[in-house]
Amino acid sequence: MTRCVVRLLIACALVMPAVGQDRVVVGSKNFAENRLLAEMFARLLEAETDLTIERRLNLAGTQVCFEALRSGAIDLYPEYTGTGLVTLLGQPPRGDATKTLNHVRTEFARRFDLRWLPPLGFENAYELAVPSDVAEKFQLRTISDLSRVSSQLRAGLGYEFIERDDGLPGLRETYGLEFKSVRALQQTLKYQAAAAREVDCLDVYTTDGRLLVYDLEILEDDLSFFPPYQAAPLIRGGTLRAHPEIGNVLALLADALNEDAMRGLNLRVQEKGEPIERVAQQALEELGLVGEASVDAVSTREVSFLGYLWAQRYDLGSRTLEHLALTALALALGILVTVPLGLMLERHRSAAEPMIRAIGVTQTIPSIALLAFMIPCLGVGFVPAIVALWIYSLFPILRNTYTGVRDAVPDAVNAASALGMTETQVLRRVRLPLSIPVILAGVRTSAVLTVGTATLAAFIGAGGLGVPIVAGLQLADTKRILSGALPAAALALLVDFALAGAERLLRPRGIH
Amino acid sequence: MANSPAQHSENAALEARRVNKVYPGGIRALEDVDLAVGHGETVALIGESGCGKTTLLRMFNRLEEPTSGKIVIQGRDAARHEPIELRRRTGYVQQEGGLLPHWTVRRNVELVPELLGWKTGRRRERCEQLLTLVGLAPETFAGRYPRQLSGGQRQRVAFARALAADPQVVLLDEPFGALDALTRLELQREFLHLKRQLGKTILLVTHDLDEAFRLGDRVAVMKGGQILQVGAPDQLKREPADEYIRTLLAQRQEMDA
Repeated sequence: MTRCVVRLLIACALVMPAVGQDRVVVGSKNFAENRLLAEMFARLLEAETDLTIERRLNLAGTQVCFEALRSGAIDLYPEYTGTGLVTLLGQPPRGDATKTLNHVRTEFARRFDLRWLPPLGFENAYELAVPSDVAEKFQLRTISDLSRVSSQLRAGLGYEFIERDDGLPGLRETYGLEFKSVRALQQTLKYQAAAAREVDCLDVYTTDGRLLVYDLEILEDDLSFFPPYQAAPLIRGGTLRAHPEIGNVLALLADALNEDAMRGLNLRVQEKGEPIERVAQQALEELGLVGEASVDAVSTREVSFLGYLWAQRYDLGSRTLEHLALTALALALGILVTVPLGLMLERHRSAAEPMIRAIGVTQTIPSIALLAFMIPCLGVGFVPAIVALWIYSLFPILRNTYTGVRDAVPDAVNAASALGMTETQVLRRVRLPLSIPVILAGVRTSAVLTVGTATLAAFIGAGGLGVPIVAGLQLADTKRILSGALPAAALALLVDFALAGAERLLRPRGIH
Repeated sequence: MANSPAQHSENAALEARRVNKVYPGGIRALEDVDLAVGHGETVALIGESGCGKTTLLRMFNRLEEPTSGKIVIQGRDAARHEPIELRRRTGYVQQEGGLLPHWTVRRNVELVPELLGWKTGRRRERCEQLLTLVGLAPETFAGRYPRQLSGGQRQRVAFARALAADPQVVLLDEPFGALDALTRLELQREFLHLKRQLGKTILLVTHDLDEAFRLGDRVAVMKGGQILQVGAPDQLKREPADEYIRTLLAQRQEMDA
């Protein structure tokens, strides 16, 4: 038992961020270009400074990244000036690229003590694209042209784009666009849907590598609706004051990349499945910023699935350990709370059903929404992930504990009270031991569910097997998804098997 | 003794005086019930299920409280007995025994002595004595779990457990109800033997008229929450006070024929 606890603590320690003065955490959003840029920042800082660089890549979207930055869970990440203006400041688009940059610089420094470092030299704006044959058929060159025929067209747009003011709502207002139908699609799948002619119009990013592969026509933003989206490192003021060298080092990347270069790099990650570590390293080498080094990451396209698993074995091993630590800790906390609560509810039965139902409602909260609620107070990383998993673990254990102790062998319970056990003695010495099989069944249900849910930890940079799954989903890369999903499935079976063993040990003798 | 009805509270070990029980929702389980059980007497409460006999029994260890009227135990108002303490010095056996399935026979038998804080040695000695008394060899049975016993053996353990702390009063709620006919007869015979040997005050609930006549010094017939008649078996057979009792007796004779 003690050894188990020690192992668990060690596993947790692996997941916990190292605490230190000279540690800088680089974050990124969950799409290829942003991860690639973050990896370039990280590699350049590793090469040029003595700082310990930690990566928290693949955070779930702009809000998560920004909250993580504000709360100090990360120190910097690649952001776009237009996103800063419209999404983060909630202001309408204004002026050209320089005006926008100056405006967000002033506002972010004043309001949040966050600094925009020199832009990297390219814009990654939203644009609207249509398949070339559609453009030809309707004679489309600009978005104004599109608005004439939009009622005949089916749009496939990103989830964020549909909601953002600088997305569909603004376009409606500015151009009067009204599509025949609007379907929310994941970035990767939009291109495939357009190629299969399931949709006639889609939102794209200027630097998306897939524009080089798919036959699409970009429509000119003739009313200058989309704000400029210059990419630049966004960093905490405090971090920059403590380590001014970061500013100098990342300034080496100022104007280093143009749209074409970026599209090329993105393509290698998005369509060719090359690992971002390698692409980032080679990009920095070509810019002459770092010396040559080999990167041992492999591309999923270059090897068989088993070969990929083998190449990733150390990474997957530590992801599995992280996953196990997250699950075990959340579950242990869940048991610690729900079993005493279930026993208490047996003594206050009128409160039981409302209480259990209320906790049941937590099961219906989508994981992303739950994380979004927690980021403002708990930031990102290990702690909010544990809290979220803990919340999801409660219901099955509580339900089974309460039902188990309430319905424990009625004959035995009656006899025990009739012979003079106090209610507390009946609860502790009769109801609880007799309901152990039912309680453990709840723990097993919860454990298997938690192993599955723990993949959400990847959204907030807490690691686990969700990391390859989320990255794989972003890249529509089945091998990568399976490299996380299969170990997770195996882990679920293993955990269930281990708990079945625990059940045999804990089940009081004399009960079937 | 056996034929002298204990009508006065000075002589009664257990007494119910004009006891009513109304459950929430208005269901009336007992209606103006009067009953007295003398010291060392066995009274069998008989009636169909739902007639209130178990409710009445459970008032004598305060598992139920009367809505009105009075329960008197050993000359003292039941309400003035502390329930936990009262239960620990009142024997209790229920249908199918109610043994704690996760405890061995020994722990089950030692339950009340343990609650009373007896020393281990004394408990052990008492347990072996009682297992022997109910016809189970301690060395064979003490370490077994209830599910390793037959129905009759479980019921013997339940009797040993009820007697462990040597209570003056023993409450039996259909203790032979779930047994096969042969085992039941055998246990009833041994019960009569034990009863004479130990001289306990016993209230026995049953729905079996034969059992009531065989084991009870007196029999109380209940219907719809009321006691129709109380008397010795012979008296009931001779002078049934109610049509319902006559029907019961007639059915029994038919069965015999």
